[in-house]
Amino acid sequence: MSFVYNKLMGGKEGLTGFILLALLVLVVFPLCLDLFRLNLVGKYLTYAFPAISLVLLWGYGGILSLGQGIFFGLGGYGMAMFLKLEASSPENTAIQSTPGIPDFMDWNQLTELPWFWEPFGSFAFTIAAILIIPAAFAYIIGAAMFKRRVGGVYFAIITQVIAVILTILIVGQQGYTGGINGITDLRTLNGWDMTSDYAKYLFYLINCALLLGVIVLSRFILTSKFGSLLLAIRDKEDRVRFSGYDVSNFKIFVFCFAALISAIGGAMFTLQVGFMSPSFVGIVPSIEMVIFAAVGGRMSLIGVVYGTLLINFGKTAFSESFPELWLFLMGGLFISVVMFFPNGLAGLWQDYGHHITDRFKFITRLFKRKESLPLDDTAKSELAN
Amino acid sequence: MSTSTDLTLAIEDLTVSFDGFKAVDDLNLYIDKNELHVVIGPNGAGKTTVLDLICGKTKASSGSIKFLNKELTELAEHEIVRSGVGRKFQTPSIYENLTVFENLEVSYPYGRSVLGSLFFKRDQNVIDKIHEIAKEIMLDDALDTESALLSHGQKQWLEIGMLLIQDPQLLMLDEPVAGMSVKEREQTGDLLKKISKGRSVLVIEHDMDFVAQIAQKVTVLHQGKILAAGQMEKVQNDPKVIEVYLGH
Repeated sequence: MSFVYNKLMGGKEGLTGFILLALLVLVVFPLCLDLFRLNLVGKYLTYAFPAISLVLLWGYGGILSLGQGIFFGLGGYGMAMFLKLEASSPENTAIQSTPGIPDFMDWNQLTELPWFWEPFGSFAFTIAAILIIPAAFAYIIGAAMFKRRVGGVYFAIITQVIAVILTILIVGQQGYTGGINGITDLRTLNGWDMTSDYAKYLFYLINCALLLGVIVLSRFILTSKFGSLLLAIRDKEDRVRFSGYDVSNFKIFVFCFAALISAIGGAMFTLQVGFMSPSFVGIVPSIEMVIFAAVGGRMSLIGVVYGTLLINFGKTAFSESFPELWLFLMGGLFISVVMFFPNGLAGLWQDYGHHITDRFKFITRLFKRKESLPLDDTAKSELAN
Repeated sequence: MSTSTDLTLAIEDLTVSFDGFKAVDDLNLYIDKNELHVVIGPNGAGKTTVLDLICGKTKASSGSIKFLNKELTELAEHEIVRSGVGRKFQTPSIYENLTVFENLEVSYPYGRSVLGSLFFKRDQNVIDKIHEIAKEIMLDDALDTESALLSHGQKQWLEIGMLLIQDPQLLMLDEPVAGMSVKEREQTGDLLKKISKGRSVLVIEHDMDFVAQIAQKVTVLHQGKILAAGQMEKVQNDPKVIEVYLGH
């Protein structure tokens, strides 16, 4: 019991935050929002996965990755490839010159399914690929960087460059990837209609459950000795190394875990939005993810979820009226958060939240008094009357 | 010269050059079991470089460093630590965001792999050991204090404690009393005498009074070479040493 309380929930404060978040996404949103808005919130919540990954990686580990879009994209594309193959059955694509392959391949004069698309016909393989390929890719990048002690700004730039390369690759290899349009027209999952209202509710709930699960798992990591070590590495890397730890292994692990979380978010994105395109892989989305984490509070697993929601609500509302101003506003917001509120929303709540909770203290105090004070005779007789 | 000895540390013919400049030049240094050895020398003599070479932070150009007959020059930093060498840095190098307790826990020599640290359990042995060390370094009242709030001297002690908890056979301290008050110096001197029981200690120091308080054996480094070695009094009266220290 104490293991669950302390290690998975993060004590009283963590548990309260977790329950409030769970209530918000599982009860309040489904009851108060129409399906269109709920689906939108579901999409926003998929961005919370990479934002949480940045709490571990950047907030605790001090490793700024400007390329979490890579892993979000790999997860999303993995799921999209499976759904696209299903949508491209020979019956559905009978009008193509080569029936049975995705439509964009046909347009690009491909006459045969490329070898790396073949295994994505299997749902089990796809799930395994979503979980393994991004983490394995992160392992390769991480081993190449961290074993050579590349860090700080250089690491950020290299991850950024890899995000650009991946985008260029996807856009350039149109016949294999769907190019700039991405992989679209995804309708069924194992023959089951993904666009129905029921499916949208179900995906939303699965997404929330996975998100809460990821928070619990991340909390476990952060409350273990590994979490203290992450902070220690951020603070004094040499001291950790000269205390007998192979620092690079710790960085590689947290980078792989961050990639895994981001990929889950990407896969859920594809399921809920119904397509995947390179515009969720490159520089802009990757930096947006960093902004979500910064605004929400890069030291808070719960805070970044609120940060993600807030920025995306703002983006939707603001870019409808002033589309060209939004990027400037977001940039300004990022700079001011970093300068004035380095711990983001979560930090503000920690510093000023008690002003709000104090107002409601009298309620708990009322209950406590009744429980704790032994009743004297007059009170007893009053009660009896 | 790969002779087997019962010395704790045997440095032989050690040289390191940075772009042709020999920071340490053909150095021979031996440290016996349970010996408290002090290395002194003017600025730029190569003292800190010697520690860097022993703990693997700098790679030697040539020569050998044998710790309990194990060659260290080919090992990675964490492997050198795991074989029993602890090194304190000149400026207090502690984790300011963690409490004193957590600082010591992170330095506890179990759960040093990724998986080991994820499933590391703070059991009674760990807690007892941390309390024992905290008492030794005079920080047992400050276990829950965030270590950024400690005084400069306490930070130095905490770092020493973080090494002690690993129970190293060779403890290397780089100017442990720099910036300390007179009282803190005395306490640190007592601490050093206490912790040098059962292990070898190598100290780099500037402060001659402090050296006189603790040293059994002194080596004077100058321009990467040994200028003099032996008992403190003998070294202090060596004309070559006086010349180096008092200038030309």
